[in-house]
Amino acid sequence: MSGERIYVYKAYERFWHWSQATLIIVLAITGFEIHGSYSLFGFKQAVGIHTFAAWTLLVIWAFTIFWQFTTDEWRQYIPTLKNVDAMIRYYVLGIFKEVPHPFRKTVEKKHNPLQRLAYLAVLSFISPMIWGSGLFYLFYAQWPALGIDKWLTLDIVATLHVLGAFMISAFFFIHVYLTTTGHTVFAHIKAMITGWDEVH
Amino acid sequence: MKVAATRPHWAATARAGLKRLASVPVALFFGLLIAGQAAAKTADHSKFKELQGPFKSAPEVTKACLACHNLAGHQVMKSIHWTWEAKSPTTGKTLGKKWAANNFCGSPLSNEPRCTSCHAGYGWKDKNFDFANQENVDCLACHDTTGGYKKFSTDAGHPLYQDREHEPMEGPPGKKQVKAPDLTKVAQQVGQSGRANCGACHFNGGGGDAVKHGDLDSSLKNPPKELDVHMAKDGANMSCAACHTFNDHIPSGSRYAANPKDTHGKDLPKDDHNRATCESCHGNAPHKEAKINNHANKVACQTCHIPEFARGGVATKTLWDWSTAGKMDADGKPLFIKGEHGHLKYSATKGDFEYGENVRPAYKWYNGTVSQVTITDKLDDYIAKDGVLELNRVEGSANDPKARIWPFKVMRGKQPYDPVNNTLVVNHVFGNDDTSLWKNYDFAKSIKAGMDYAGLPYSGQFGFIETRMNWFITHMVAPKEKAVPCQECHTRSDAGRLNEIRDIYVPGRDFNKWIDQIGWLVMAGSLAGGLVHGFIRLVARRRNKE
Repeated sequence: MSGERIYVYKAYERFWHWSQATLIIVLAITGFEIHGSYSLFGFKQAVGIHTFAAWTLLVIWAFTIFWQFTTDEWRQYIPTLKNVDAMIRYYVLGIFKEVPHPFRKTVEKKHNPLQRLAYLAVLSFISPMIWGSGLFYLFYAQWPALGIDKWLTLDIVATLHVLGAFMISAFFFIHVYLTTTGHTVFAHIKAMITGWDEVH
Repeated sequence: MKVAATRPHWAATARAGLKRLASVPVALFFGLLIAGQAAAKTADHSKFKELQGPFKSAPEVTKACLACHNLAGHQVMKSIHWTWEAKSPTTGKTLGKKWAANNFCGSPLSNEPRCTSCHAGYGWKDKNFDFANQENVDCLACHDTTGGYKKFSTDAGHPLYQDREHEPMEGPPGKKQVKAPDLTKVAQQVGQSGRANCGACHFNGGGGDAVKHGDLDSSLKNPPKELDVHMAKDGANMSCAACHTFNDHIPSGSRYAANPKDTHGKDLPKDDHNRATCESCHGNAPHKEAKINNHANKVACQTCHIPEFARGGVATKTLWDWSTAGKMDADGKPLFIKGEHGHLKYSATKGDFEYGENVRPAYKWYNGTVSQVTITDKLDDYIAKDGVLELNRVEGSANDPKARIWPFKVMRGKQPYDPVNNTLVVNHVFGNDDTSLWKNYDFAKSIKAGMDYAGLPYSGQFGFIETRMNWFITHMVAPKEKAVPCQECHTRSDAGRLNEIRDIYVPGRDFNKWIDQIGWLVMAGSLAGGLVHGFIRLVARRRNKE
């Protein structure tokens, strides 16, 4: 029951995905330690790793934004509500009856409508919220020089940062689970490693 | 804020490299500074004919000093070491030992011959002392280098001129022979002051070794590096005056108006010659890590670098309760009880004591203003929320750009006051007369005598009021490896060092309860959701196969 093989994830995109995945895991583990939820590395060490990982992620992001626009790949995230209901119906009912997946992946449209919405939320809302608040957090000592201390307090920034962390963590668990819903359990992960996906 | 501190952290590594280079001349400078104390001598005082003696009294030595150092006397006479009086630059109040109240012995008024054993002068035995006579200035207290010069404890600043039998008030019982110093020998060996000179008074404030400050005691005469990196012989081996720089005999640094945040930064090699802040030598960004430098905006250097005070093996007094003074033993003799470490825990003359060693400081915001109670102040404005009279409240809050979190020794006390006039009182404790507390054990008499002497209004009634004092902890700087680790403040533990300071968000300690609860629930929900969904898929697939 093998289908057509298409090259959906380009080299840079795969690099971006996996480096981001690693960094987000590192950031979550060290971040929740800094938050005081547990102690693992020790506060100072955790801050050091967290800060380094954050800057690395920001640099990768900067390249990725450039990549998205030069390759026109940003269009993959244009949201649509069309067929979202079909996707939801599939995940709630169809998947158990093993009806065919309602979305057919192509190189031009590699994300299903739910993915488009979820990734758009991550890229344009959750991530900016985290790195935005993170930058304010990181440069807290410079607030007085910039007059920021007059209208912002650290607890607001920290709370937004933590809120974002919970959201991205929830996304992470759902995202990882959904990778198992391909035609085989590891099909999606394999595609993200090799770039090649089988379309059925 | 200096430019260096506003640089983002990626510049830190480069800066650290530069700093390491820059610290070479600084180290050299200190090397010269310290070596200079011995090498830079251009005069051998033992050869001066003015100093051949013999000297019958210490003022005679002063006279000889002034014959050459003809400006020194009047310079000293402008300093707080002489006047015991100073105007707070922040509150404008007249303070100094003459006026500021404390919860140790109280006021020097009416107790002069005892208290003024630490005055930089001779003969302040009562209020008629002549503050304008430069021959009363004590040069030797600060400039003796032999260690042989000692001001006697009860002779109004004079040393002994003849050997004397002396029995200390609080024991051990029995007379002890005290030797008079050889003034001629001392006078011929004068030089720059060292730790022992300043320590003779400042280590013994409050009536004994380590009693008052908590970060100043005899262990600093020759401290190990663990105890004090600056004063240790194998550390920087610095004298007190290396930081508390003197300008025309006026010392720098004051507990009435300590500099809360020195934005001026490095003073070296020579600038305003006022070096009583860490930043004066270390600058405003001395750490490799930008995040730690950034803390200096809100946290004083001392807060992290002095993890505990009274670390030198000498306990400091942490509580003094005057209200219990006066108890006699079975034989009708004044009662003295020693605690397990050999310290007096009860003294008939002074009441109950508590001590502490290796004490973790209390942390408070401080913006440069100390609201100090004087012996004439009405007390209402100084009563803290918990009802305790705060004798020197340190001001500041998280919102105050001048304020930083500072470490303090909190000294608790219970001391006499006038509940009708609502003021503290002058207590006449010392003196061989029929009113002093330490001879007669009668507060009614001793307070009346003290207030009469001071010329202050007294209702005739007295009570005891609970008091608290804040003593800046700024000496006993530990090696950097022993600095307070991050997680002692950045922690949710009840033992967190900053648990008293709630008006600033401390990462690792503070969090929004709702967001945390809902957040963990959502996170667990998404994990569980996947597992349940996957499980149903598995079951369904099996069923579909059948």
